[in-house]
Amino acid sequence: MTGPAAMTAPAPPADDGRAGLRRDAQRERAFFLSLSLPALVLVGLCAMLPILWILRQSVLTLRGEFTLANWEKLLSSSLTWKSVWTTVELSGATLVLCMALGIPLALALASAPQKLANRLLILVMLPLWTSILVRTYGWLVLLRRDGLVNQALTGTGIASEPLALVYNFTGTLIGMVHFMLPLFVLPVYAAMRDIDGNAIRAAASMGASLPRTLATVVLPLAAGGIRSGAMIVFIYTLGFFITPAVLGGGQVSPVAIRIEKVMSTFQDWGQASALGVLLLILVAMAAAMLAAARRLAGRKGRTHA
Amino acid sequence: MTPIPITLDALRKTYGDYVALDDVSLAIRPGEFLTLLGPSGSGKTTLLMALAGFVRPEAGRILIGGRDVTRLAPNRRDIGIVFQNYALFPHMDVLANVEYPLRLRKVSRRQARERAMAALARVKLDAFAGRDISQLSGGQRQRVALARAIVFEPRIMLMDEPLSALDKNLREHMQLEIRRLHDDLGITTIYVTHDQREALTMSDRIAVMKDGCIRQIDAPQDIYSRPGSGFVAEFMGEANILAGGDCATLDGTALSSAATLMIRAENLHLDARTCGTDGLRLEGRLAGKAYRGENWLLQVALASGKEVMLSIPAAAAAGCETLAPGDPVAAFAARRHAHPIPAPEAA
Repeated sequence: MTGPAAMTAPAPPADDGRAGLRRDAQRERAFFLSLSLPALVLVGLCAMLPILWILRQSVLTLRGEFTLANWEKLLSSSLTWKSVWTTVELSGATLVLCMALGIPLALALASAPQKLANRLLILVMLPLWTSILVRTYGWLVLLRRDGLVNQALTGTGIASEPLALVYNFTGTLIGMVHFMLPLFVLPVYAAMRDIDGNAIRAAASMGASLPRTLATVVLPLAAGGIRSGAMIVFIYTLGFFITPAVLGGGQVSPVAIRIEKVMSTFQDWGQASALGVLLLILVAMAAAMLAAARRLAGRKGRTHA
Repeated sequence: MTPIPITLDALRKTYGDYVALDDVSLAIRPGEFLTLLGPSGSGKTTLLMALAGFVRPEAGRILIGGRDVTRLAPNRRDIGIVFQNYALFPHMDVLANVEYPLRLRKVSRRQARERAMAALARVKLDAFAGRDISQLSGGQRQRVALARAIVFEPRIMLMDEPLSALDKNLREHMQLEIRRLHDDLGITTIYVTHDQREALTMSDRIAVMKDGCIRQIDAPQDIYSRPGSGFVAEFMGEANILAGGDCATLDGTALSSAATLMIRAENLHLDARTCGTDGLRLEGRLAGKAYRGENWLLQVALASGKEVMLSIPAAAAAGCETLAPGDPVAAFAARRHAHPIPAPEAA
């Protein structure tokens, strides 16, 4: 809405039409704001209300009296902290793997001719067209003891006996990386595609080798995209449920799994709500940390060759 | 550092059916300022990119200072390049941009800083060292790009239309400045442009390119006044290409009607006295006129239907104002300004 605002700004001081212009601008702004009203109502009703409701649940007894017992029990339980740690570990490992696999992939896509890049991009996006449930069970079939992957490993003699690839941390991680990789690659690819080819040529002409150009020009210029991708991966995976539930086989229990367990075995609404709020706090902390990292990166790094 | 020569030997590059470089051979002298001039698609940028190492020719050789670099990677060629869009690093400030090639060469932090500041001082931007690139104007960015290209004392400089994004006054100012910089440093320089005036202003020699070939290579004065073909004549400036039959001589000797002559617009006059007895006379009717400040442009339709252009300096333009379309006009040119060229190529 800078358009109407900019129109009023340069008006000469004693202009009679000025107030009218400003009124028009305000009316225009109000109109645009009103367009977002349905979305605001939806978010308010469907997101904010439940969150407030959960918050309220976490400090009530089953009979509806105020209590801090839920929180006391939660924070003093080692199971809670174990599941928080598992959550962070899973998200962190997914992020590291997504970066290790995704940055080279984005680089390859960005340096491919546009036509080829568009086709490869469809391949990258293809997994998103199938439901996460289907994909997760697909991995189960592939990774189990007599699955295709283990058959290939033992058949070629790479492994002497089948590896435990599923119903554990490894299996969960594989499923999560598979799900998140396209979502990580997209913003990184977009950022890399935007880099001026002449900037890369200029670096080469001044004597920079390819790895050096990558480190001093390409990655710093793609940093915004990498940060966005990292944010999506880390925050999205903090609340993952289906993948650890199916591929974790009860061995991996991040917070989301704990919530389900507390509900299904104890029907303890208060306890489950407190866990839900804890997860929300975790997400908020991660978002705040990433935002701080961005501010820090914006301040320094201008003078490094 | 002693200036070095560059030799191109039958360089060839094709993209499918399109021939970008058609066996181009060229000898550039040590310390020379050579301009590649041509319309877009003439192959001048491809030639420059081949020199830089970003385009790999299919055949031919490139020798820089006697050394064959045809297969050498771009980062080992030791060439300073100034790009049309500046190609500065937006994530570094001005000083870091200019220090970049020095840091790559493991120059100490202190020395890199000194040399970068000296290079910035050369382009009068030392006061801007701490600025972000986004805070600079187009002209300032181009100066930073220049400083960055000269700071590591490359053996040759390549410039790809470095001024085309600047407005006219700044461009003309920078032309002189770049030429002065070249004269100070003595680096062999190859400059690409499609602006003939820029080429004339800056170059020791100009190579006019078309369709992947060099059509003519000569000093600015020679290429302007003695073009080797109709294409070069028209590309270098306002040229009137005339058949012998279009002109009459003032002294009565006949012109061969088969001859083709080139007369520059500014060498045609309304006053017969300016060209003495040994002159040519053209007759026609005024088709159009335009006032351009320092001169008048007159379009005159000859009897053959051909139109010629006259550029009359404002100081000698008495009478131009009252001329109306359809009025008879006689134009005169000294014989020495009528340059014979080969008959126009069949298109």
